Amino acid sequence: MGGMDGFGAVVHEDNEPTFHFDWEARIFALLLACRPYGNTDELRHAIERIPAQRYLTSSYYERWLDAMQILLVEKGAILRDELASRDIDPPTPSQPSNRLQKRPAEASRARARFRRGDRVIARNINPAGHTRLPRYIRGKRGVILRDWGTYALPDSNAHGGGERPQHVYSVAFKAREVWGANAPSRDTIHIDLWEDYLEATRPGAKAAVNRKPATGRGKKQ
Amino acid sequence: MSENHSSVPTGAALRVKALEALLEEKGLVDPAALDQIIDAYENKVGPHNGARVVARAWSDATFRKRLLADATTVVAEMGYGGPEGGHLVAVENTPRVHNLVVCTLCSCYPWPVLGLPPAWYKSFAYRSRAVRDPRGLLKEFGLKIPEQVEIRVWDSSAEQRYLVIPRRPLGTARMNEDELAEIVTRDSMIGTAIVKPPSRKGAPA
Repeated sequence: MGGMDGFGAVVHEDNEPTFHFDWEARIFALLLACRPYGNTDELRHAIERIPAQRYLTSSYYERWLDAMQILLVEKGAILRDELASRDIDPPTPSQPSNRLQKRPAEASRARARFRRGDRVIARNINPAGHTRLPRYIRGKRGVILRDWGTYALPDSNAHGGGERPQHVYSVAFKAREVWGANAPSRDTIHIDLWEDYLEATRPGAKAAVNRKPATGRGKKQ
Repeated sequence: MSENHSSVPTGAALRVKALEALLEEKGLVDPAALDQIIDAYENKVGPHNGARVVARAWSDATFRKRLLADATTVVAEMGYGGPEGGHLVAVENTPRVHNLVVCTLCSCYPWPVLGLPPAWYKSFAYRSRAVRDPRGLLKEFGLKIPEQVEIRVWDSSAEQRYLVIPRRPLGTARMNEDELAEIVTRDSMIGTAIVKPPSRKGAPA
């Protein structure tokens, strides 16, 4: 959604209840209680596979309901016929879950490839499956601020490919790098990105964010 | 807008009811467990938790330092935990930096300290604009951030969940931690508001 046009102003409701309808509370709790039928990455991918027109015209908890039904059927916990017989067919996903062969964790990934102050570029990749690399940041240059340690790779974990943990970094991008010269010069966007989403920029490349590297190297204004 | 919760067709209610009944018949869910989950998020987990964290950070310099270094541990010590709380990060507003939290990919949010996100946080409008036009968006929230202040937007794209530590307002030097917690709002911990000093009338005696 980052950077998309056309959604208008943000509507702020005062004294908003936790749930607006009982069914919202029920689907929220159902999904938490039924987590064994899909990890968070599979759930997110199921939400992303709701056909786009339907996604855009559904409320937040309607999307949870769709995704839960998609997952329960795909995981074999319930049969599509059982839902159909109660007249609650789930939507047909826009694409299949694309199961990957499970691969073991790579020991080499325990070592961080980047460190604070490194200049990186968010890779311009467009995977067909699940990813947590926001579209608006692809191809943009940033600076590594922090190494958060290793986390399951969503691009694999959403597809049954195993957790294959790798380092996740807090990466800072200048608003101008992302949105162009009209963006305020001081503003920044900080995103948490898996190592596979990043590559090093050439040595001596112009810094995208002026920030003092902790190591003191590469200091350049 | 169609994503607005007020225009949700009743079809969703019927579908959820039927799905719950089916899962219950199959022994896949326990209705009592569902009630417990709902009760927790309606009555126990909420921004009052985060407000206590902020109030303590304002009152205790050592705590503040530890919170900024490792919010997950510090918040767990206060008894707040659960889903979406495994990797908490506290980011502090200063005279030079204003922090704003969004999740452009879905609606990631620090549940243990803020509860479930409000509808606007989950809206397409917020998710699309917070990264691209944070200043315009904040103006709609009634917040004008001076040009010389950096707006630092945190897009929660991985496991880290962000809690903004707003600036402590002037005129609160005599307030204790409990009183301070009362004035910290949810929106100030997302970054769409600042904390205002208590009005004289409403101030605790």
